[in-house]
Amino acid sequence: MKANTELKRPKPPGRLKLYMTGALLILLLWGSFIQTEANFGELISGLPNMMDLLREMFPPKWSYFEKITDAMLETIRMALIGTTAGAILAVPIALLCASNMVGSAWIFYPVRLLLNLIRTIPDLLLAALFVAIFGLGPVPGIFALTVFSIGLIAKLTYEALETIDHGPLEAMTSVGANRLQKIIFAVIPQIQAHFMSYTLYTFEINIRAAAILGLVGAGGIGHYYEVTLGFLEYDKTSTIIIFTLAIVLIIDFASTKLREKLL
Amino acid sequence: MRTNSNPTNKTIPTVRAGKSWDTLVPKPRKNRYRWLILVALIAVYAWALAGIPFTGFKETAAQITKAIISGIFSPDWDYVYLPDGEDLLRGLLDTLAISIGGTFLSTLICIPFAFWSATNMSRSGAISGSGKLLLSIIRTFPEIVMAILFIKAVGPGSFAGVLALGLHSVGMLGKLFADEIENIDRGPLEALTAAGANRLQLLWFAVIPQVLPGFLSYTLYRFEINVRSATILGVIGAGGIGTPLIFALSTRNWDRVGIILLGIIVMITAIDAISGLIRKRLV
Repeated sequence: MKANTELKRPKPPGRLKLYMTGALLILLLWGSFIQTEANFGELISGLPNMMDLLREMFPPKWSYFEKITDAMLETIRMALIGTTAGAILAVPIALLCASNMVGSAWIFYPVRLLLNLIRTIPDLLLAALFVAIFGLGPVPGIFALTVFSIGLIAKLTYEALETIDHGPLEAMTSVGANRLQKIIFAVIPQIQAHFMSYTLYTFEINIRAAAILGLVGAGGIGHYYEVTLGFLEYDKTSTIIIFTLAIVLIIDFASTKLREKLL
Repeated sequence: MRTNSNPTNKTIPTVRAGKSWDTLVPKPRKNRYRWLILVALIAVYAWALAGIPFTGFKETAAQITKAIISGIFSPDWDYVYLPDGEDLLRGLLDTLAISIGGTFLSTLICIPFAFWSATNMSRSGAISGSGKLLLSIIRTFPEIVMAILFIKAVGPGSFAGVLALGLHSVGMLGKLFADEIENIDRGPLEALTAAGANRLQLLWFAVIPQVLPGFLSYTLYRFEINVRSATILGVIGAGGIGTPLIFALSTRNWDRVGIILLGIIVMITAIDAISGLIRKRLV
């Protein structure tokens, strides 16, 4: 058989798009570094300053633990109450967002839009807003964490709700269950482990968030960052950082173990 | 388990009148310690609620809420663009620049970390384990604390924010990148080894093409997170839109708070939408 069909190499894919994307990226980066006045020479010349700071941070002042224990406990309380309130309020919102729970797109699209808008505002900004409204203290912090938790838990839960098995729902419908019975006996058993897992995950995030909310006056241990940094007591600052890290790691560990058991 | 384990005991269950289905289909066993768990939970919540000094709301709370909401609906449009100096657009641009710079920096830093901590790139588990540990330590450090450190080094301003985001994001991006490297197909690697490629060629022709879409997608995802973080860095003086927002809040300029919030919401929604579209095409 004659090889009159000569072997044709496939043409390599066009490179123009790649080059254009690369050029655009470089332009964006260059613009960003100009805008932020990035100066790596300044970083290198500033490094000794940072080293001095780190040296002053060690050894940490261990006796400071007693003073900040109350604030740390308040941080945990805030995260706990904020997460719980957020989780409870997230349930109806998640049900309203799921397309297989409410039939009409006129309901679930607006609710989802609202949820997305809530999630755009970072927790620290929410806290700053609530401090302006309610005054200093842990209460605005709790409100901020609640709103933040609603956004996160409701989103994760409604996405899980949309993937549930329809078999039990149909079975319940065929034996004449009403809407509430369907939710209690067909939806909740399928979703509760996921929901608990998401709540624990949000709790992990909220502990970290609650630890810095004090920077804007919303209670918790974050307030002591300002106090110690203001008086240049860096050994105390490092005590706060180490304490927070320890608590965060312990809670992460416990929560991860619980979540593994749940799912 | 208990009924099926003994094969000689295989009797066909018959439903007798009056006997419920419960004996045929055993109910799932409940946790023996559930009362203990319940009591513990109640105790924890009692402790938590008792510790919060709730003394009612300030009488001005409703008034301020109304002012902020009316500020959102009747924003201070003049603030969007001021010819001289600090305005909304420049603040948002600054925030965006901080997050782009920070994301780029962290992507650069985290690639070696990712190869270090991927289990299939090194022979001993100790190497990848140490990399993973380091990444998780970096991850637990809040970016605000890092920003405080960098402000000390380079002075207050956007650059400190870029550095803080750049370092903090390494923790998460490095882990995601390492997962991506661990999930590659070994086929191309073996084929290239058989054809006599060296390690660098292996990396360039077998690993990079497989991980690149995932890397780009995770980078964009982290960029979305970094935009949110960049809006709060201003609270401690590391640049971005946070500084004018805190200033407006403390001077009770509610119209300005409204327009800044609106600006943040619009910017983040737009970036999420664009980045989501690109990510869908990538993976």
